[in-house]
Amino acid sequence: MNYHWNWDIFWELSPDGVHTYFQTLMLGTAWTLITAACAWIIAFASGSIVGVVRTTPYAIAVRLGDVYVELFRNVPLLVQMFLWYFVFPEVVPHAFGTWLKQLPNGSFYTAVVALGLYMSARVAEQVRAGILSLPRGQRQAALALGLTLPQTYAYVLLPMTYRIIMPPLTSELLNTIKNSAVALTIGLMELTARARAMQEFSFQVFEAFTAATIIYIIINIVVTFAMRLLERRIAAPGYLGFRAPAAGH
Amino acid sequence: MRLKIMASTIVVAGLFTAPAFAQALTGTLAKVKDSGTITLGFRDSSVPFSYLDDNQKPIGYAMDLCYKIVDAVKANLKLDKLDVNLNPVTSATRIPLIANGTVDLECGSTTNNLDREKQVAFTITHFVTANRFVSKKSSNLKTVDDLKGKTIVSTSGTTNIKQITEIGAQKHLDLNIIAAKDHAEAFLMVETDRAAAFVMDDILLYSLVAISKSPGDYVINADPLSVEPYGIMLRKDDAPFKAVVDAAMTNIYKSGAINAIYDQWFLKPIPPKGINLNVPMSASFKKVVADPTDTGDPAWYAQ
Amino acid sequence: MFVNFDFDVIWRSLPYLFYRGMTFTLLLTALATAGGIVIGTLLALMRLSGTTALTVAAAAYVNLMRSVPFVLMIFWFYFLVPYIGQWVTRSAQPIQVGAFASCLITFTLFEAAFFCEIMRAGIQSISRGQVAAAQALGMTYPTVMGYIVLPQAFRNMVPVLLTQTIILFQDTSLVYVISVTDFLGAASKVAERDGRLVEMYTFAAAVYFIISLVASRAVAHLQRRVAIIR
Repeated sequence: MNYHWNWDIFWELSPDGVHTYFQTLMLGTAWTLITAACAWIIAFASGSIVGVVRTTPYAIAVRLGDVYVELFRNVPLLVQMFLWYFVFPEVVPHAFGTWLKQLPNGSFYTAVVALGLYMSARVAEQVRAGILSLPRGQRQAALALGLTLPQTYAYVLLPMTYRIIMPPLTSELLNTIKNSAVALTIGLMELTARARAMQEFSFQVFEAFTAATIIYIIINIVVTFAMRLLERRIAAPGYLGFRAPAAGH
Repeated sequence: MRLKIMASTIVVAGLFTAPAFAQALTGTLAKVKDSGTITLGFRDSSVPFSYLDDNQKPIGYAMDLCYKIVDAVKANLKLDKLDVNLNPVTSATRIPLIANGTVDLECGSTTNNLDREKQVAFTITHFVTANRFVSKKSSNLKTVDDLKGKTIVSTSGTTNIKQITEIGAQKHLDLNIIAAKDHAEAFLMVETDRAAAFVMDDILLYSLVAISKSPGDYVINADPLSVEPYGIMLRKDDAPFKAVVDAAMTNIYKSGAINAIYDQWFLKPIPPKGINLNVPMSASFKKVVADPTDTGDPAWYAQ
Repeated sequence: MFVNFDFDVIWRSLPYLFYRGMTFTLLLTALATAGGIVIGTLLALMRLSGTTALTVAAAAYVNLMRSVPFVLMIFWFYFLVPYIGQWVTRSAQPIQVGAFASCLITFTLFEAAFFCEIMRAGIQSISRGQVAAAQALGMTYPTVMGYIVLPQAFRNMVPVLLTQTIILFQDTSLVYVISVTDFLGAASKVAERDGRLVEMYTFAAAVYFIISLVASRAVAHLQRRVAIIR
């Protein structure tokens, strides 16, 4: 293989004159984690709301929830990023659009919103599946006891649902971290983008990508482990745990 | 299946007998001869060097030069027919794709510098440009120092983004640098006010401004940040192929054919919009034509 | 809102968008699905084989693919595949692999990990009694798998496999990062050339939406039919 390996490249100074290549990859890792964390908050919050709404007895609300999920699930993430980044600022009032475009770290906010909403459709599906998997009697009993519908969800249905859907939620969280790499197309300097930049500046393609791959694997292992711990801590006695068939990545 | 086994037997046999023939072809020439195809890498939007026309076909100054080189390769190998494959490359992918054999000749606007010569080879320089930045007239940015604290864009994988990163670090400009996939995307960032300035080779900036919706809105700064000689890229350590390519380029320069090709792309209206860039040959490039060189040393061009 | 919306640019570029772009996208989706299912099934059989080495190797592969962003994998393979080809064929130079072939290899190998997990679930959904009965009849492992287990597993998993294919169809848009002209690539090239981002990206989103929605509705319909028969 006529490729010149140079594993010491990580300790050389990158063109920014301040950080070594290793440090730039660490900065990228930080951006990946921050972006994914913020996006996950949006995904979890709005996904939960939409998931709940789709199991309520109100036909119109269910319909709207369905539309929401279909909308965010059936357009590729990359296209959604472009819509938020390039299209959205052009169709809102001019002054607001300009403000948006000149926002420092604009690609970060765009990535968080786009990724958060994209993942929220998937979270909504899991939440809905989790709620529907509960025995119907739980809801009926709660309502018969005089709990209002919000109380029924808050005290009876959701606490159980989240426990049940922990495994699929874990994989959606991991997907959020991985999907944040798509944001490099709108200029976010996250881990994959840093690895690409390192390759361009140093020409050491395989060292750069190997490092990024290893970092992603470590993140994956740590998150999986932490979620397992959490799962065990909050497990409800008497339940085996339910695994929804999870497609996707 | 059996054919394949036979073919590989012949290849293996060939490996043992090869040293017997002193003139046996090696490297890219051997590959081109065996496969009957050569692969050119082209760019999406390096106007007028290598870009897509209205039918999304790659055209441009560097493409024309490459086709001339292909003719020379064909003649050198005494082939009746040589198919040309076209493979899109970006600033970020071009060097790995040359190195990994996907592309044989990269026909675009690639700066030849000493750093890159460690990874790839360049044939005779086909243009000399300088690193500058374009911004909107309304934002009133005249020098690099005016960029302090601003969001700027450049194309990922270019010498330009590396330089502005370095300059920014030296001068403590606190720049927020966005890496765009290609020049058109980068220019759009300025056009849509995503970025205050686009740092790139001036010739590409002239072209992008010329074909933009309102060319009058933009200004390119006066002081060049560096000198950038362009070369067509090929694989490193492939002397026989480089010799053929260099000879073809030298021939284009010495025969005067370069003038017609140059005029067609820089002094006449070009597709898709029929705009005339009107950029006569610079003194440094005239020097290259008179004395063809493949050096990546900027000092040679500055003299 | 859409004061300056230029429908004409969409209309003019339709042949290019669909003839060049969508053909690439659909071909890549179809071939990568087919290849991914074949390799994925083999991986699933490896994971369930009971032989430690095979199980560990297949599990490691699947977990690796599932831990790494698709975008990073696309870069990896685009640069690496020619060297692998060189190593496999023992040639003096890296093997030339075109953009389409490179994308196809990437997507096939990447999706194989996901199809593997689906097929594994499918195989595990077949009751052990069937396997035991088949073995009692003297059937060999390949016969049991080929005639008894896999056809049923495949059938049970068809809706999930198709759902994964729709996801794959959307993921093909990521080849944008290596400047290949798929549907989104075609749209973005027109958008950048003519400065018509709003029109082209909105249109691209609409096309992806309609195709994915219709396809996922069809899958849901199929799922209901399969459910009734079972």
